Parts: sequence; structure tokens; C-alpha cells
Amino acid sequence: MDDLQNQDEKSSGRGSTRREFLTQITVAGAGLSFAPLIVNTETKVPGSQLSVIQPVNVTMVVNGTKQTLTVDSRVTLLDALRDKLMMPGTKKGCDHGQCGACTVLVNGRRINSCLTFAAMCEGDEITTIEGLAHGDGLHPMQAAFVKHDAFQCGYCTPGQICSAVGLVKEGHAKTDTEIRELMSGNICRCGAYQNILEAIKEVQAVKLI
Amino acid sequence: MEPFKFIRAQDNNNAIAAAAVADAKFIAGGTNIIDLMKLNIEKPHQVVDINALKLDKIETLSNGTIRIGALVKNSDLAYHPNISKNYPVLSEALLSGASAQLRNMASVGGNLLQRTRCPYFYDTSYPCNKREPGSGCSAINGYNRNNAVLGTSDKCIATHPSDMCVAMAALGAIIHVQGAKGMRSIPFADFHLLPGKTPSIETTLKHGELITAVDIPVMSFAVKSHYLKVRDRASYEFALASAAVVLDVQGGRIQHARVALGGVGTKPWRSTVAEKVLTGALNNEQTYRTAAEAALSAAKPYTHNAFKIELAKRTLVRALTTVGGMS
Repeated sequence: MDDLQNQDEKSSGRGSTRREFLTQITVAGAGLSFAPLIVNTETKVPGSQLSVIQPVNVTMVVNGTKQTLTVDSRVTLLDALRDKLMMPGTKKGCDHGQCGACTVLVNGRRINSCLTFAAMCEGDEITTIEGLAHGDGLHPMQAAFVKHDAFQCGYCTPGQICSAVGLVKEGHAKTDTEIRELMSGNICRCGAYQNILEAIKEVQAVKLI
Repeated sequence: MEPFKFIRAQDNNNAIAAAAVADAKFIAGGTNIIDLMKLNIEKPHQVVDINALKLDKIETLSNGTIRIGALVKNSDLAYHPNISKNYPVLSEALLSGASAQLRNMASVGGNLLQRTRCPYFYDTSYPCNKREPGSGCSAINGYNRNNAVLGTSDKCIATHPSDMCVAMAALGAIIHVQGAKGMRSIPFADFHLLPGKTPSIETTLKHGELITAVDIPVMSFAVKSHYLKVRDRASYEFALASAAVVLDVQGGRIQHARVALGGVGTKPWRSTVAEKVLTGALNNEQTYRTAAEAALSAAKPYTHNAFKIELAKRTLVRALTTVGGMS
């Protein structure tokens, strides 16, 4: 236990966050085995090989900021957001369109970012969980999730919230059954469904969005 | 995933020219093909993005036909007032498929070309005649609970996964395509192929041909129609059995009937034999049951999917009961 605490202190002493640490080990591993699929035109990831086999230029507006990227054609929108734009709020769950953790809003509509190539997003407006809040003020759906304790581990939550925002905008869910049906693309392994339902109902009822 | 060249097409001709090379694929919603590319089941070396093409409109032609652009999203079609009011079977079928996110992405054209979810097609460590012609079918003597009972061959027993297509089969849709040699129209029943000896060839679409639109012909009685889907969980799951039903009942007799089944066939399964039983018959449960027996009369069970035959019959009877009871 003492050793572990010492390790933690050493880590925090270097000012290394969990995400930075994970990025470092991922890059180290990638350098040994395969080339990363993403290249940043302005700043290159230190220590990586940066080979892009089929580069594609794409310009999209992400959370209100215009971004011009050069990505390998194989890079998904999800990976571009997380690894290129360093916005890790959007989560990778199954990576096959089955869990909804990667849900973002593209031109106001909820989609699975794991089944979209970044190259397909030319001219699109993307909103991720990082783009919902205004400064320190939570988006009404975020506030409702907090109020109703609509999560446990939190991994599916960014996708649930983006999906719920999309659902309210679509306006097709009037009953509990309809909300559940139209949220079925977002899986929660902690089983917070009842509280997610309550959060969505509250936002719908007071027409907060 | 194999590397590929990505091309953004600006118009139909541009897209067709770019897709003419071998190993080229169009991409619209991407919901199925990107999944398959990640698993190295689809390995195109040129991907042609057609999302900029002007194929995203739903129009009503002067003769009443509804023309659906190939790029119309599944959700937009499902919630279109003309479809949800006058062709509920199509709206219900679309909304029973996938999730809200996937329906916001998936195009009508792409839905027509969905590949099977047979587990052996997805698992590249197993032989599969659809994925690797001549390698063998692992499902026939394997775990085949979800496989087909209608239209199978000794080379393939994979089901067609689409819900939308089952409704379109019942409605007698027409598919418009454009290729290097011009345009042509394909009746829905002729679009998908039975597996036969060549299960890897799934449609009559030729390489490089672009689906431009799907027409839904006028069918005034389709206002009384229904899609019933039975599956292992309540939502976000493929069908074990489904039924698309359109009935025109006048004075206690069925004047016109359209029936198609999903989840049980190797292609979207229009059942003309069931329609023959229904047409002119009394609108009652005995007629429905006779029609269901006829619809499944050619069914062939495999080790784990015999239950689908009775399930499909009951699904069809229930769908017929719902539509036959509509006032």
C-alpha cells in the first residue's frame, strides 16, 4: 500500500494526468508495432512515425471551432475527435455501432461517430459532450443527469446525454415507452435506465432545450 | 482495415466514373460497410462518398407515386407524413430497425444492400460461401438458430437482415439505378437474389451501378397496413420473424392482400402464395391461418431454427388479425 501511494505521489509530482499517461504508453506501443492513422498538420505527436497511407483533408466545425485536419482515410470521426482533436469526452465502447457510447450530434442529429469516417464530415457541424456546456454552466440535460443520478460508472454518459439531446430535438418521444424505445441505441451496463428516463422527462417537461 | 483511397463525388456521373474501378464501393451512411471494413470482411481499395449527390428528396410524382431518393435517411423516410399516414407498414418497418442514431445515418439505398448478420459471415475464422466463395457454409451444420428457413440452398442459409426491405417487397417498390450505360428500373422482387450456388452475389445490381431512387407505387388501401417484428429483445435487434401486411377488406371479404416476411428468408420474402389464399376469402382467423400455413409450406428447418416456422406463422396471423380488424 505504501509503495502504491508512493507511486501515485511520484506520478502527481511529475504532473502527469491519467490521460497523458495513457497517451504516452499508446504512442510508445504504436511506435513499435504499427503506424498511427492520424497526422496533425500543425503539431505532430512526439515520437510517433506519423505515416498516413491515404491522406484526406477535411474541414469541420467542432463545438463551434473550425478545424481543418489531414487524416488517413480509415480514421473514424470518433478517433479523430479523441486522438486528433484531443477531446476524449466522446467514448469508444464497442466501436461497431452497438452500444452508443460514441454518440455525437452532427448537424444537430445524433449519430454513432464510430461508424462514420472523419473524411465524410466535410463541412459538418459536430457537437460533442465538450460542446454542450456554456463555460461552467451545465447544459440542461447534463444538469438533469446529475440531479437524477442518471449514471453510475459514467462511461456511457456522454453518449447518453448527446443521444438524449438529439431525442428531445427530434420530438417523437411522448411516453415513457417511446423514450425508452428511442434511447435503445445507448446501452448502460450499470443499469441507470430508470434515472436516465427521469432526467430526459424533466428536460422535456420544462422545454429546456 | 485495409487502406483505401477516399473520393468525394460531386454528382451522379462523377460517382459512377469513380466507382468503375475494381474494388471500389460507394459509401452513404456507412453504418454497415464501415463495420464490415473494420472486420476485414469488406476490403474496398477505393471508397466513393456519395453524400454530396442530390438524392436526398422525397417527392410525390403527378401519378401519386412516391419517389424516395437513395440518400434519404431511414429516420426521415419513417417520419415523412405521407409515409407514416398512407404507408404505415413502411414507417413501422423502418422504426423497428436498428437504433435512432443508426436510422439518422443509414440511407435507403444502403439499406437495400445490407449484408447478412449470419455469425459465420462475420467471423473470418470460419468458412463462408458468401464471404469466400467455395469455402463452404459453416451455418448449415453449425449454430443456425438465427438462419433462414425459406429460400435456402446447400451453399448458404443466411437471412436477409433488413426490415425496410420486407415492407418494400409487400408494397411492390421499384428501384432506379444509374450506371455507365444509362439508367434502368428493377422491380423489387427481381432486385435481391436467392443464394443458389452463388451466395456472394446478392442483388442484380452491376458493379459500379448507383441506386438513385426507390418508387412506392400508389396503393390506396395501404393505409391499412402493419409491420410486426418478433425478436429476442424488445428493441435494437434483428428479427427472428417479421411480417409486413397490407389488406383491403370490403364487406367482410379481402379484396386485395400484400404479404411479405422477414427474418426467415434468404431475401425479403414476398409471399404470393399467402396473398392468393387471402384474396377473395372471408376476412377471418381461419383464412389468416390458412394463409400462414401456405406462406411457410416450403420452409425447411435446420438443427436449431425449426421454431421459426411456427413463430413466422403466428407472427403473420397476428399481423393479419391487426390489419383485418382495422376500421
